[in-house]
Amino acid sequence: MAIGRSGWGSVFLSTLLLIVVIGLFIASLGVGPVFLPPETVVDALIARSNETASIIVIDIRLPRALLALLIGAMLGLSGAALQGLLRNPLAAPSLFGAPAAAAFGAVSVISFGLVDALSFALPAAAIAGALLSVGLLILVAGPRAGLLVLILAGLAISSLAAAGTALVLNLAPNPFAALEIAFWLLGSLEDRSMRHVFIALPFMLVGAALLVRDRGAFKALTLGEEAAESLGFPLTGVRLRVIAGVAAGVGAGVAVAGSIGFIGLVAPHLVRPFVRYDPGRLLMPAALCGAALLLAADIAVRLIPSTGEIKVGVLTGLIGAPFFIALIFRRRRELAGLPQ
Amino acid sequence: MNDKSEILKVEGLSVAFGGAKVLDGIDLAIRDGEVVAIVGPNGAGKTTFLKAAAGLVAAKGRIELQGMAVRQLSPVERARRAAYLPQGHVFHWPLAVEDIVALGRLPRTGGADLSLADAEAVRRAMTETGVAAYAGRPVTTLSGGERARVALARVLATEASLVLADEPTASLDPRYQLIVLDTLRRHARQGGAVIAVLHDIGLAARRADRIVVLHQGRLVADGPPRDVLTRGLLAETFGVDVQIVTLVDGPVVIPWTVLPERAPERGSEGLDVKEA
Repeated sequence: MAIGRSGWGSVFLSTLLLIVVIGLFIASLGVGPVFLPPETVVDALIARSNETASIIVIDIRLPRALLALLIGAMLGLSGAALQGLLRNPLAAPSLFGAPAAAAFGAVSVISFGLVDALSFALPAAAIAGALLSVGLLILVAGPRAGLLVLILAGLAISSLAAAGTALVLNLAPNPFAALEIAFWLLGSLEDRSMRHVFIALPFMLVGAALLVRDRGAFKALTLGEEAAESLGFPLTGVRLRVIAGVAAGVGAGVAVAGSIGFIGLVAPHLVRPFVRYDPGRLLMPAALCGAALLLAADIAVRLIPSTGEIKVGVLTGLIGAPFFIALIFRRRRELAGLPQ
Repeated sequence: MNDKSEILKVEGLSVAFGGAKVLDGIDLAIRDGEVVAIVGPNGAGKTTFLKAAAGLVAAKGRIELQGMAVRQLSPVERARRAAYLPQGHVFHWPLAVEDIVALGRLPRTGGADLSLADAEAVRRAMTETGVAAYAGRPVTTLSGGERARVALARVLATEASLVLADEPTASLDPRYQLIVLDTLRRHARQGGAVIAVLHDIGLAARRADRIVVLHQGRLVADGPPRDVLTRGLLAETFGVDVQIVTLVDGPVVIPWTVLPERAPERGSEGLDVKEA
């Protein structure tokens, strides 16, 4: 029946994306200095008949692949939720300063040398930074702000966070600390352990639960804020949950992997036509698409020949920024309020 | 008191924004089957009245939807009883028409998939408004008149007894204006009630059972069109002299000349013009 079409489309798309994500996940476990074919990877995960392969797959590569999966999914989901809330396809977590603020929080902790002593200090500081930034954004721009005001306010908050990060770098106790901070900021999944996964996971689960809860409100917001309220969705609560959800989820990602940009912008955009532009049904496919993108990017950085490994945050920026430019270029008439 | 046929009952309704009173002591009761037009000059509080009735703005006084105080209803229960159609027919994403209309079911589904009953309500609303022919088209590709009908279909799909429509005919050509109002009338005849803010007094006179006139936040007249729409009242509220031609179907009101502005205190003293 006609009404169910977008529903089935969404299920089909999610299944397809899930298969892609599983494929990329296995590939991610196989790629590195020692190449392992998929059957060896699966054997190492389940049967563990080869001890060396098991150590490589489970101890070294599994945390990395899991983080790529989780962080990518969280970025895709956050982007879709923010775009739903703001009713704008150009909204992304990074545009509004949350990751920059999270990075500032994390960098401050690294600089104080607290990272090893207090493993929860870094994610806590990153999440607090992200939460503060999105709250500040709504405070500065106002709850009913237009796109331009939001982007300007987000830019200002990003700049403030970047200035704070620069200050921390400036005051770094020694050049090694400065270098550690600088490389950490680029965003990478190298040399992560299961401890990182367990630190980030609870915050991401809470964040994801908060964002998924309001899918009905994102649908209703298609009709504008007043109509959404009249359909039984009090928006003050929705805004707070989205702010908290994005801050917790993206903040946790930044906390364990540094800044990884543009996945949150690109992933929802790629899958939106397949869910017939339904901002509620978009959430799950956008999360899966985000996971696939980050897994693919993290495989790519290991395959690109270079002297040192290219940081995955650098690669997503290199691909994502031109995509963003193309998006603005294509929509510029509409954005300027001109007929399309 | 709890008359079952009373869809909306408002007593002593007042709304203030930042100290300024927008609505002041409104009393109104609307029964099933009625189409009530709210008219009044710009800034009279018409939109605020609709929002207050839908429970969307903080208000003093008592508002009851089908005998239940709005304050005691959850947002979802409120949404099931009163559907609100805002001005302007905004659509932020290029959803297909049928998906837009299905949004009207959100108070029933909460965002989950449509049940058979939901799908049936969506189909009925699309047939009722004549939008079924372009059910699969992106709403952003439609003309203004088509969009207005899709917006109306969304509101009807909720199957709420009370429909609160803010300027449902604004910027529509005459044919669509009549189609929209006739659809609303049918909703009322089938056991619902409609309150529509209308700028066009002539249209209000032709299609509403009752006209409520708001002026400076107060209800200054309430009754059948031929009793309410008098030269004196329209001069008082709109500041225009009108020509009124009474046909068999009701009065036709034609704004004729602008009256000179009067001092505010005289304006508020002279509000009691029902006898004029």
